[in-house]
Amino acid sequence: MPDVQTLVNDFVLKLKRRKIEGSQASAKQTAELLRSVVSQQRLPYINQATVLLDAVRAVGEQLIAANPVELAVGNIVRRILHIIREEDLTSTASAMEGLSLSANSDDDDNYEREDHQALSAAAVAAAARSTLRAPSLQTLLEGIPESASAPHPSSSGGDSEGKSKSAERSSRSKKLKHDVIEAINELIQDIETCHEQISEQAVGLIHQNEVILTLGRSRTVKEFLCAANEKKRSFRVFIAEGAPRYLGHVLAKELVAKGLQTTVITDSAVFAMISRVNMVIVGAHAIMANGGVIAPVGINMVALAAQRHAVPFVVVAGSHKLCPLYPHNPEVLLNDFKSPSDLLDFGEFSDCMDFSTSGGSPRLHVVNPAFDFIPSKLVSLFITDTGGHSPSYIYRLIADYYSADDFVVRRRSTTS
Amino acid sequence: MDSRRLPRAVIDPKVRQVGFFTSCDPPPARSLSVPADTGASAIVPTDMSSSPPLTDIYITNNSFSSVRIPPPRQVSAEGLHSLGRAAGSTTSVFAHDVLSPHCWEGIQMPIGSYNSSEFMQGKSSMLSPSSSRFDDIDFSEEEATSACLIRTGSGKEAAAFPRSSGEVMMAIKSGANAPAKSALKTASVVKALPEVTEKDGGTSIEKQNEGIGAARSKQKTTKAERRAIQEVQRAAKAAAKDAGKGAKSTFASSGGALAVAKQAKSAILPSQTKYGSSVASERRVDRNPDKDGKKDVSQSSMQFDDKSRVEKAKRRAAVGHFEARNSVELFRHLPQYEHGPQLQYLESKFFHLDHIHPSVYKVGLQYLTGSTSGGNARCKEMLLAFQEAVMDYSTPPEKTPARDLTSKISSYVSFLIACRPLSISMGNAIRFLKNRIAKLDHNISESEAKSNLLSDIDRFINEKIIVADKVIVHHAVTKIRDGDVLLIYGHSTVVEMILLQAHELGKQFRIVVVDSRPKLEGKALLRKLVMKGLSCTYTHLNAISYIMHEVTRVFLGASSILSNGTIYSRVGTACVAMVSHTFRVPVLICCEAYKFNERVLLDSICSNELGDPDVISKVHGRDGLNDLENWSDHENLQLLNLFYDATPSDYVSMIVTEHGMIPPTSVPVIFREYGRDQLFF
Repeated sequence: MPDVQTLVNDFVLKLKRRKIEGSQASAKQTAELLRSVVSQQRLPYINQATVLLDAVRAVGEQLIAANPVELAVGNIVRRILHIIREEDLTSTASAMEGLSLSANSDDDDNYEREDHQALSAAAVAAAARSTLRAPSLQTLLEGIPESASAPHPSSSGGDSEGKSKSAERSSRSKKLKHDVIEAINELIQDIETCHEQISEQAVGLIHQNEVILTLGRSRTVKEFLCAANEKKRSFRVFIAEGAPRYLGHVLAKELVAKGLQTTVITDSAVFAMISRVNMVIVGAHAIMANGGVIAPVGINMVALAAQRHAVPFVVVAGSHKLCPLYPHNPEVLLNDFKSPSDLLDFGEFSDCMDFSTSGGSPRLHVVNPAFDFIPSKLVSLFITDTGGHSPSYIYRLIADYYSADDFVVRRRSTTS
Repeated sequence: MDSRRLPRAVIDPKVRQVGFFTSCDPPPARSLSVPADTGASAIVPTDMSSSPPLTDIYITNNSFSSVRIPPPRQVSAEGLHSLGRAAGSTTSVFAHDVLSPHCWEGIQMPIGSYNSSEFMQGKSSMLSPSSSRFDDIDFSEEEATSACLIRTGSGKEAAAFPRSSGEVMMAIKSGANAPAKSALKTASVVKALPEVTEKDGGTSIEKQNEGIGAARSKQKTTKAERRAIQEVQRAAKAAAKDAGKGAKSTFASSGGALAVAKQAKSAILPSQTKYGSSVASERRVDRNPDKDGKKDVSQSSMQFDDKSRVEKAKRRAAVGHFEARNSVELFRHLPQYEHGPQLQYLESKFFHLDHIHPSVYKVGLQYLTGSTSGGNARCKEMLLAFQEAVMDYSTPPEKTPARDLTSKISSYVSFLIACRPLSISMGNAIRFLKNRIAKLDHNISESEAKSNLLSDIDRFINEKIIVADKVIVHHAVTKIRDGDVLLIYGHSTVVEMILLQAHELGKQFRIVVVDSRPKLEGKALLRKLVMKGLSCTYTHLNAISYIMHEVTRVFLGASSILSNGTIYSRVGTACVAMVSHTFRVPVLICCEAYKFNERVLLDSICSNELGDPDVISKVHGRDGLNDLENWSDHENLQLLNLFYDATPSDYVSMIVTEHGMIPPTSVPVIFREYGRDQLFF
């Protein structure tokens, strides 16, 4: 436990100091940290899921507070909470079935409470499953009898051999933890491989002789373009350099190394060039539930220019960037400010500033925000690792990854 | 088919298009206005804009080669003389009428329209550096031949010319410059002669025309008639040259074939062929011979993707051209940036460019190195340099200041263009100056004329720039209220004056200075503002969506305002205006009216200026960022450094000029109400 705590503290420090660059890295590291939290968590015989949830939530709260702007951290915390719930549901469901088959008489008071819990969980599971499962005529018709039948077996008490039961339960507890860790591993796998899944779709979206514009550098965009290039599509790319970090230069270098026709333009030339561009492809920092995008600074300008010239604006992002929150005033609340030294050298203007007379408030401010918010109406398409989605579908996509109980991590943890 | 190949030299738009290549705007109206039937177009004298399709010129050529010019032309001379005093258009009719009785149909039509065009341009020719550049670049070879012809044909005439031209000039105001031109032509002839004889087509034509010249020179011909004949000769030569170039055979059939071939090409590249097809007519628009026989090349009038023309231009350039590395395909039509080698070249050539006045040379180098930048500053510097040049000017014997000085100015201008493409405002200023020179009274002494010119230049700088700025400041300051947050972009002098004025008036406001790479002009402005004690916020262009929330007004400068309301300004202005528009923040463009131009522009690609691509690869203060070092080694990698962009008019709330505050839709109204003359001259 203490070593988990030190791990958590380390990570929190890193997040606070903004040492972790990029949402993919932070997502992956968050998942790994939470995996070790889960694996080291001692589980009681009862209420295992709740204990796990609480543990993860407690850590998650610290992580989110460390860097509220890095939404990927919160996303992963919620994803893992969701995983725990899911695994718990499936295990209780299977246990339920086992119960209903084997034991009809379970009159042991000790287990009364746990049974009760399992019962309610089973009901929730059934309800949840019926909503999660793809709607078909079968489920539509049989959904009600199924859930009605669920309480049936548990209501009947029954005789039991306590020892066999406890053995079964300990195996179940191990199984839950094991399943959760397995699922987290899968999640980490997904985060790692999301680029490949996204870039697989590149050929279907980029045609011959296309002219593509992007701003700054996103690894997803790079892989996307390279994948299209590998499939023998020839197209040219305009890269706006993306002040103040000028990662466009890096991207240009990488793409040229792959043999792509690349032109670097200044950010100011975006409007001039956009009329000759067929498609804008950019990466994102986070995708909000309403389809809005938080992306590196400058992209809103590109999106507006693209809209003006009716150029499709495509956002490529892994599903770990899907955030279940609805943004409110995101330009301010979900923004980060970088060092002014990106714009002005230290002391550059000290010679012309009059420090003596100004009453505390400096005459010169330097604003260097890190992110832009792009409203969903400016986005034509999202390409995630699960395929292409329109902005209006994002809210539904989120339901696949997160459970509604976890949207607000903090409040839950403080009340419970 | 024919109508697509119009020579487009004819019309006055050229006058306005100083400093810009004009080929971007297709002339659909014009091409429509040309009837396919040559006879019909010849008869329509008022159709100034339609000059003969090139095939007609070839026809002309054919008839020329086979038919000697009939003596009856002399008869027409008197008639022409009397009518030469009429307006240009009537003259064209007249020429046509005179000739038609002789059933000289092949020639008839070109003459008619050439005259019309000539007359139209008489007014404009001296003012229009772009047109002069046209013929210098594109047609110098034919020019050589034609010049040669004139020598053989009208040597006597040339001597007599200045006298008669002076007289005619007073009579026909619009045609004033035409005689000047031809006189200049004759002056330049002799040196060009050697070139001519190489071309067999050219020479044979020459022989043919010698006959004409001989016949003609006996007569005391009028100006109009001489011009008519020259036009014919030139047309013939243009055709012959094409024929000679293409097939190396004698004219007729090969000329026609070439024309067809050229037409086919023109279908593919309409913008270029405008130059190609305008051979015959544009060449003559106005001609400013260099003393050295060197033709300076206007970069802005050229389409740089046309290899053959660029080659030709290169051969004649006073200033060297250098191959640009990794040019961006979309912008091949623009002059590529070639600063480094250009500067060295100019330095090494210093003593060879002795026809360039030192002050002009200095200003040119300042443009080249970028130490003088900004529309007003460049314009002012240029005018002051011209002022010095005028001061040191003395008319050579046997020349009138109007002609010689104009040619001098033209050569200076092409030098400046070689250093850096002209801005639209500079084009307007040059037009003003040339107009002034052309309107010089011939009876006044040289010193008087010079002092007139000097005071005119002073007046232009004072009225159009300094006082205009004051009026704009006066207007714009009323739009600043207490508590405003003003966003500015780039470094516009007039906007800076507005802010300082408002500050002096004691208004309480905050300024957001938005800046962008690579020029980072905002820093210089920020420094000035902070020093004056204004409270500023500094940010980069990408953050504009963030900062726009708190902004209440946007003040922008402009390099030029075009008649469709498009703002042609520092690159990035369009982005700022777009974001402001999205956030419903009013955008005020502050621009002196002398920067207005009657051109139209839809995008930032047709006309623009390319800067040094190297500055993009290096980021100031980021030594670690060296990903684009040696970028030119990768053939797939290009860096694009645009200077300007075109802001659509719907992003602009208001344009502040010295004539008042107007919506962008009213830009053409300014032209209409004040007229070009009042606006610029």
